[in-house]
Amino acid sequence: MATANVPDYLNPDSIRTGLSRRKMLDQVFVIVGLVLMFACLGILAVLFMNLVLDGSERFGWDFFTNFPSRRAERAGILGAWVGTSLIMLVTAFCAVPVGVAAAIYLEEYAPKNWFTAIIEINVTNLAGVPSIVYGLLALGLFVYQFGLGQSIAAAGLTLALLILPIVIVATRESIRAVPKSIREAAYGLGATRWEVTKDHVLPYSTGGILTGMILGLSRAIGETAPIITIGALSFIAFLPSSPITSEFPFISFQWLSDPFTAMPIQMFNWVSRPDQAFQANAAAAGAILLGMTLLMNAVAIWIRYRFRKKINW
Amino acid sequence: MASTAATKSNDLVSRSGLRYRKIRDRIVETFLLAAGLVAVFTTLAIVVILLTESAAFFDHVSLKDFLTDTMWTPLFADAHYGILPLVAGTLTTTIVALIVAVPVGTIIAIYLSEFASHRLRETVKPILELLGAVPTVVYGYFALTAVTPLLQMLMPELPGFNMLSAGLVIGLMIVPYVASVSEDAMRAVPRYMREGSYAMGATRLQTALRVVVPGAFSGLAAAFILGISRAVGETMVVAIAAGMQPNFTFDPREQAATITAYIVQVSLGDLPHGSIGYQSIFAAGLVLMLITLIFNVIGFSLTRKFREAY
Repeated sequence: MATANVPDYLNPDSIRTGLSRRKMLDQVFVIVGLVLMFACLGILAVLFMNLVLDGSERFGWDFFTNFPSRRAERAGILGAWVGTSLIMLVTAFCAVPVGVAAAIYLEEYAPKNWFTAIIEINVTNLAGVPSIVYGLLALGLFVYQFGLGQSIAAAGLTLALLILPIVIVATRESIRAVPKSIREAAYGLGATRWEVTKDHVLPYSTGGILTGMILGLSRAIGETAPIITIGALSFIAFLPSSPITSEFPFISFQWLSDPFTAMPIQMFNWVSRPDQAFQANAAAAGAILLGMTLLMNAVAIWIRYRFRKKINW
Repeated sequence: MASTAATKSNDLVSRSGLRYRKIRDRIVETFLLAAGLVAVFTTLAIVVILLTESAAFFDHVSLKDFLTDTMWTPLFADAHYGILPLVAGTLTTTIVALIVAVPVGTIIAIYLSEFASHRLRETVKPILELLGAVPTVVYGYFALTAVTPLLQMLMPELPGFNMLSAGLVIGLMIVPYVASVSEDAMRAVPRYMREGSYAMGATRLQTALRVVVPGAFSGLAAAFILGISRAVGETMVVAIAAGMQPNFTFDPREQAATITAYIVQVSLGDLPHGSIGYQSIFAAGLVLMLITLIFNVIGFSLTRKFREAY
């Protein structure tokens, strides 16, 4: 077919076969991509279903109201979920104000100089520090230097530091999304920087801030390594003292310094027992933990969607 | 009603009112700056705590023993302080994880960015991000109770604790992460570059592999580095599924402790503050930070070298 002076790659037939081969490769890649993606999602779905099924025999009222026990079928997560809730309270209380304030500073106030650059680099780097290193930091700093001991306060502060970068990044993004014209209008009427921020920028970025807060807490709720490092107890048969008392100030902060356990710690404890019966407890605790994280994420996505729809610049 | 509004506006424009508002602004700014500095202090505190406690550790242990001894038994009577077994365990699980996560994550990212319909992408992306939020202790449960028995069917001699299963699960765990970050990087490659390539007669796959991937290389490198950092620092999966016995081997079929698993193991017991065992977890943590740092520096120089500016 090919004549002597036309090179082979210009021959219409070879172009055609080359083209169909390249198109076939495209098809092959599409199949490979789809298969891999659905394989990953599928494996994870099967694993999650497996978790729920393994744990199903333990689900029940008793599981939430019993302390851990030597007998698997009677062991529950009372201490764990109370501990986790109290830790989350401390974490949210510390991480949200500090994170939002830091984000406001970086977006609205910070001059463009080396000092601001240092803060920004720090926030980025902190997000990449392995979580167990936060545990070591907390062990050295909160537990021994500050003398907080192996307490709920120490755990809450640790997780607050851990999620600080998440809250800062989310808040910055939502503040950045507020158009400049809104700020300029307020400045034009003589508002000071703080008045502009407080009355105009923050109300518009509430959705993003809430999303960041929930995503941060959903990360904190599942973190195991840092709170093992500061010394969470895995077998605990009493509750922290109640934050509400019957006598006068009616509020007590004694619980802050109480020892604790938490959901992921409890699950880890059960998983690492050789006795097979406890695997069902681990699965049930894992399913509840997973359910809580997924629920928090779903709420965050919903809030983001709601606020995005409501705002028309 | 009208008069209060009048006095209020008087207050706003009066000189004393203005001065008050300006002072309030300065105070608020100071508070906000202090919050920003928390991040800086956290980094400083991490460095200071790791260095001071490690310094106390190296008072007892020579750096040469630490780096060359092939046994790590700080809690035994016959104490050896060689970090190599822990580093070997960490690198082995990380490599197994990357063998899974890098190709799978990249292919999924290319598929989502270049081939998938808008609708599929918008459905899958949030799911991928959701998977990143699953607590790692849950993945540890999968590794121990599902993946290890499955592997034992294929390899009957595989022990109940092994690095292979832990590494595979870590890989699966970071796939969504690598895919999501890589996809963002590829989508940032401008449209006209793809159109140029199509105009030259390239197919989608050729465009993806020869134009989009090289163009997004710095972003891909960043995604891989994030993945490596996660795998190196991953704790619960290895603590649950790989066993906690330090073991100087690169064979993923064996059980071994990683740096992170060792820290967990020591923390589970009640070690007195200031003992050598207590100090050893800070030395281990310091090594962990250094490994993460090395990978990040490599990643940073890669992204610098291959950055494409459009």
